[in-house]
Amino acid sequence: MSAPTSTSAAVHNDGPTRAKGVRRSLRATPTAWVIWAVVAFFFVNLAGVVGSVLVSSFGRRWFDTWLPSGFTTQWYGEAWHEFGLLHVITVTLIASALVVALSVVVGAPAAYVLARQNFPGKRLVYITFLLPILMPPITYGIPLATVLYKFGFAGHLSGVVLANLVPSVPFVILTMTPFIEQVDPRIESAARMLGAGTRAVFLKILAPLLVPGLLASAILVLVRTVGMFELTFLTAGPDSQTLVVALYYSMSAAGIRAQQSVDAMAVIYTSMMLVLLVVALRFVNPTQLVARVKEEPE
Amino acid sequence: MSTVSGLDWRHRLAERGVDRRLWLLLPATVFVLVLFIYPFVYGLSLSFQPMNGGGAFANYQKFFSDAYQRDTILTTLKIALPAALLNVLAAVPIAFRMRGRFRGKRLMTTVLVIPITLGTVLTAQGLLNFLGPTGWFNRVLMGIGLTDDPIRLTNNYWGVFFSLIVTGFPFAFLLVLSYLSGIDPTLERAAATLGASRSQRFRRITLPLLAPGLATTFLLTFVLAFSVFPSAVLVGNPAGSTRVISLAAYQAAYEQYDYAYASAIAMIMGAVELVVVAVVLIWRSRLYTGSTGGKG
Repeated sequence: MSAPTSTSAAVHNDGPTRAKGVRRSLRATPTAWVIWAVVAFFFVNLAGVVGSVLVSSFGRRWFDTWLPSGFTTQWYGEAWHEFGLLHVITVTLIASALVVALSVVVGAPAAYVLARQNFPGKRLVYITFLLPILMPPITYGIPLATVLYKFGFAGHLSGVVLANLVPSVPFVILTMTPFIEQVDPRIESAARMLGAGTRAVFLKILAPLLVPGLLASAILVLVRTVGMFELTFLTAGPDSQTLVVALYYSMSAAGIRAQQSVDAMAVIYTSMMLVLLVVALRFVNPTQLVARVKEEPE
Repeated sequence: MSTVSGLDWRHRLAERGVDRRLWLLLPATVFVLVLFIYPFVYGLSLSFQPMNGGGAFANYQKFFSDAYQRDTILTTLKIALPAALLNVLAAVPIAFRMRGRFRGKRLMTTVLVIPITLGTVLTAQGLLNFLGPTGWFNRVLMGIGLTDDPIRLTNNYWGVFFSLIVTGFPFAFLLVLSYLSGIDPTLERAAATLGASRSQRFRRITLPLLAPGLATTFLLTFVLAFSVFPSAVLVGNPAGSTRVISLAAYQAAYEQYDYAYASAIAMIMGAVELVVVAVVLIWRSRLYTGSTGGKG
């Protein structure tokens, strides 16, 4: 139900900008050729990088030749059993779902206040929320892991979830704020005048209007959490590894395992991420994450 | 105003924006305090309590007096700064081309976004396979006769550098594209009406409006590149030319179990990173920061 809303909003937002750019971009100047050539070169190499892993994951033996000596799907079966992928994927999905739910519940109300209200110390609060995004995860990850070990969280799923919340909550706040700013405060005032309490305003007015924003930030947090290596790596125990961490261990312990089964596992990981990202792109226009064109008639 | 009643007082606070709605900030604030600020302060104080005794600064002295450790700062910067810079600079012309509407734009954007899904390990495996001595890249080079021996591009600086380009560029591109779409095209058309050439329009109008966005993009890509850790191990040379500072911190914590020393390295890492952030932000604050016309 929300998909059409957000898509139509995006199209509407894009309208004026797009229409004007049409001609200019079709004319190809020498610089344009150079730029497209560079892009093409990047794509070709990217295809090579991805393709070589894909080919290798289906390959039998591959040494000093263009292609492997034969093709097989055995590596997928091997990776699945050897690494206990079912368990790993379950852990990944549970941890990510918990992180998404908690960060939305904690972050969305804060985003609401930051979008709507000016209060003393707002800048300080804002910078505090910004810091976890501006710091590399390892810098706060190591002290955080130490604290989590001290209180007995690390090594379990709870530690992984808590650590991943640190960048996720600020991320929800930052992505939700522009969505909330777009909701006209007069709608809320009108509801209040008609006797709606704060609860009713939130549940009946704001929540439905913010579904696109909530979905956008939830899906982005999901993609980020599934891909988050450092924090999970520092806090996970043997039973609470997510797919990225399991993959890292299997690759850094290379030599013991067949390289192809690591390749197969990487392909499984990427397909999972790709599905998530394609779903995300249905709801979020990636180019409008930072600069939202306001829906005001001019 | 000496006889302020409770209600009056509350009213005056509300006028300054302090009312009951601020309670909604509480969960997020508590959360940041408990899971970010507290561990940070804890780590900071831990770093002043060296495991093997010595003064409060013993851990920091240990780090800076050991060339093998100290050099990790330079190594990290040598990888992260050029990679972040290249990602942002390459993203500008491409985003510039992509902001109009043309056939296949959506497909192109999607393809450019795909590397985000690859993850470090697939990128690492791919680079090892593709750029390795017997990989397709070297095969092509030798096939067309550009080189006789395979070029070494993995398990060294370049491997890590390329992995940062593959994962960082799409991200930089998306950000630059969205900043660029936020600039009102009428400004450029107005300049064109007044006789400004294409390059003049770019230099005098678009670039100044885009610069703050570029600074932000650079910062975010730099943060990504600065914490490079898995790829430094997997496609780099983790004992030598790509021994980055996060690796030093990790080894201290999980191989020597010296959490105090590890915290000290993490703090040094944070400080170096914040210096770069501060330099960029100061430079950014000298730029035009007003409205870009189109966005709110």
